[in-house]
Amino acid sequence: MLFTSYCFIGFLIVLFLLYYKIPGKYQWGLLLIASYLFYAVAGAQFLIYIGVTTFSTWYAGLRIEKVKQQYTGYRKLHKAEMTKEEKKSHKQEEKKKQRIWLLLCLFFNFGILAVVKYTNFAISNINYFLNLAGRGPLNFLSLALPMGISFYTFQSMGYLIDVYRGTCEPERNLGKFALFVSFFPQLIQGPISRFADLSKTLWIPHAFDKKQVIFGIERILWGFFKKLVIADRIVAGVNTIIRDPDQYQGVYVLVGMLFYACELYADFTGGIDITIGVAQVLGIKIKENFELPYFSKSIKEYWRRWHITMGTWFTDYIFYPISVSMPMLRLSKCSRAKFGEAVGKRVPVYCATILVWFTTGIWHGASWNFIVWGLMNCLVIMVSQEMEPFYRWFHSKFSVKDRWLFRAFQVGRTILLMSALRMFDCYRDVPLTFRMFGNMLTGRNYSVLFQGGLMNIGLTAADYMVLSIGVVTMLVVSLVQRRGSVREALYAKSPAVQLGVVYLLLFSVLIFGAYGIGYDASQFIYNQF
Amino acid sequence: MIRSIRKKRTVILAGCAILVFVGSFWFFTKLLMPKYMDEVIDGALIAEYYQEETEHDVIFIGDCEVYENISPITLWEEYGMTSYIRGSAQQLIWQSYYLLEEMLAIEKPKVVVFNVLSMQYNEPQKEAYNRMTLDGMKWSLSKWDSIQASMLPEESMVEYLFPLLRFHSRFSELNMEDIQYLFHKDKISHNGYYMRTGVKPVTTEPTKRRLPDYRFGEKAYEYLDRITTLCEENGVTLILMKAPSIYPVWHEEWDQQIVDYAEEHHLLYLNFLELFEETGIDLTTDTYDAGLHLNVFGAEKLASYLGKILSEIPGVADHREEEKLRQIWEEKIEFYYQKKEEQMAIGK
Amino acid sequence: MEELLEILQEMHPDVDFELCDTLIDDKILDSFDIVELVSEISNTFDVRIPAEAIVPENFNSAETIYALIESLENED
Repeated sequence: MLFTSYCFIGFLIVLFLLYYKIPGKYQWGLLLIASYLFYAVAGAQFLIYIGVTTFSTWYAGLRIEKVKQQYTGYRKLHKAEMTKEEKKSHKQEEKKKQRIWLLLCLFFNFGILAVVKYTNFAISNINYFLNLAGRGPLNFLSLALPMGISFYTFQSMGYLIDVYRGTCEPERNLGKFALFVSFFPQLIQGPISRFADLSKTLWIPHAFDKKQVIFGIERILWGFFKKLVIADRIVAGVNTIIRDPDQYQGVYVLVGMLFYACELYADFTGGIDITIGVAQVLGIKIKENFELPYFSKSIKEYWRRWHITMGTWFTDYIFYPISVSMPMLRLSKCSRAKFGEAVGKRVPVYCATILVWFTTGIWHGASWNFIVWGLMNCLVIMVSQEMEPFYRWFHSKFSVKDRWLFRAFQVGRTILLMSALRMFDCYRDVPLTFRMFGNMLTGRNYSVLFQGGLMNIGLTAADYMVLSIGVVTMLVVSLVQRRGSVREALYAKSPAVQLGVVYLLLFSVLIFGAYGIGYDASQFIYNQF
Repeated sequence: MIRSIRKKRTVILAGCAILVFVGSFWFFTKLLMPKYMDEVIDGALIAEYYQEETEHDVIFIGDCEVYENISPITLWEEYGMTSYIRGSAQQLIWQSYYLLEEMLAIEKPKVVVFNVLSMQYNEPQKEAYNRMTLDGMKWSLSKWDSIQASMLPEESMVEYLFPLLRFHSRFSELNMEDIQYLFHKDKISHNGYYMRTGVKPVTTEPTKRRLPDYRFGEKAYEYLDRITTLCEENGVTLILMKAPSIYPVWHEEWDQQIVDYAEEHHLLYLNFLELFEETGIDLTTDTYDAGLHLNVFGAEKLASYLGKILSEIPGVADHREEEKLRQIWEEKIEFYYQKKEEQMAIGK
Repeated sequence: MEELLEILQEMHPDVDFELCDTLIDDKILDSFDIVELVSEISNTFDVRIPAEAIVPENFNSAETIYALIESLENED
């Protein structure tokens, strides 16, 4: 069930009416049924995958808890007769037993993810070498990718690591845990919620709160606006350009790059707006996933503000554990002695960073395009890290840091860099992407823009008109958001004004949205990840 | 007291909000739906039926082979026969069935004439034609069923219930036609007949390509049966016809199946492809598009011949002496000749 | 405490670490700084800060960082 299907709208309305009709203590049960129904529409056979992940994680969480109870119980009982040394080794034994459950569950679930998502990628790479060796290729597996598997696997594994670390209590109720894993608004494309956040709001009864419902509906509409009016309209232009790289070169590549950046932003943030809005209508709070990322002054900052929940997941569960691990610290010490202070300091950070970006890349998709894309991000971040002394020197010489123009330059630079890196999403393979990037810089065909070149990429004058108004609206709203909540400001206005704005938005979506027959209903870009 | 006032205010506010929403939605739907007035006027045929004030003895159902080939005005002039053509472009057999079902709930005709060309289609063909046939119908169970039977995979019922969802993308092609016909439509047909006055003679015979299977589809037969039963139940005489259009090809194998069907169900079947001499239709002067459809001269000839057969059916009467009907039809006749003259002047 | 402040000061000379208690919330320390800090602390104080201890509550001020170091020292 796509967010932009009539079916989903109907589903939401029915759910909403039921949700506030039934007693509060049954609300989470209804959400669980709704979530599984939502999932079953995508393919009933996929329920097995999410079911297995839910059950194994839930069970492992309980076992970890049980180990803890056994050991702490023993220690309490024998407090007096145990020496400090004995206590320490006893604790270590406890951790070891817990770690077995953790690792079993991690391997099992990431194993499932690896098999369904990466087997064919691995086979295609093996085939490449088989071909070099003059042997016949292996056959590809025909495994359908279960909807949102990357998202719910990461969310579940985050929960289990938290239980292992003792930062959150395990959930005993399988039903409640199943809802945490499968909560339908965030199932398709995130955000990746933390158990500690979601457990505060997911299962408690929610009384009808007019303000929350209004805010939720407004957010949903805004999401549909971004997605249907902008993303799904501009996608025609993007696809024309990237699917025919021989025809569309030079300045067209630049246009395609910028249009894709626009599409990706409108599509992904619009989808998340719908997700958070739907949850809000149901009284549930989901963590924000974006913080106006295109206003960032550096790539590092951009990645703190774009797809935040994924970024923090990688930071907390991969980056820190690896960079502060015992072997890494030893390695750091070792290289400090051998290569000096500067190198030794960088070893743990850079090793962990490279690994994080490799996984981020492959998480986005099983292809070299994404891996190279991830590593290129990593490269840019490291280069800018190394340039830090230069920046400091620059700012000490020139006091432009807080100048409006310099900030605009930084923001523009970030947008261009990110858009350029995103070209890996667009073109068929890595060499082609590099070629097209070079082509963009060297093809001096700027004159086609003034000869109606924009008119032959599958977008009409009407499309451009709608897109311009849409993008400007999006920009203005973003600028206002920097000062505070747009919806709070609107809420203070009279009902007539509020209604006027909501209707304006609603009818803009209904009339200017690119949906239905005559438009390719393109799925959310983030759907398959 | 204050609480009740506040409650009242909320109710009024909500009422206004809903009213504004429904009003805007209705307005935008009206604005953005195709008007079918200046171009593709075939799309306006189905809706025009509801302007009829009196009943009809004869109903024609089918595709362009009925609405471009028979002139009801001639039937009135020569036989005093009241008739209406309910047809639209590539109207599929189940669409004809549901239109008939709808009409039989409104009026009691004596004869129904069904043109059999659409037997060749067992599946819905084209979304645009679906729309032209279905959007014109008033809402009823028949319309719902007709949509269900006609939808292509990419279509959805919601878009029929709320046509704005289908036609919203027309915002970029709005023109004067949409403003001019926002709230009223011109009369474009003559009791469902779409008049054309041009002449373009037939020059080549169609080449018959062999088909892998000549047997009509199951769904087509199912609805032919349902038409037959529906007519029987309502005491209406059913006549099958095949118009004298030589394009698209009407295969002999197809014809034989209709002949057999008519025999089995004791129906009259008129294949006008074999009656050129009797009707006097001359394909060098009586068609406007080289054999696909008749022009007004051909349609008049066909009506003249068909009227003789229809007038012999019990219940079909000569109404020319009835004052009320005479007045109504005189108006129609006047409109008919005025249009004919206008169109002949511009050679359309 | 002195040693810790020295380490921090070297990383960000422009910040007053004795007063600031929003090092994470205001994004003064980023993830790279934290790892460097953890590595320095392990060298200087001979304690290992585990990954699960890296949460904003522990790293928002020099004081909380020092408290973390002390609690880890006591544990051993």
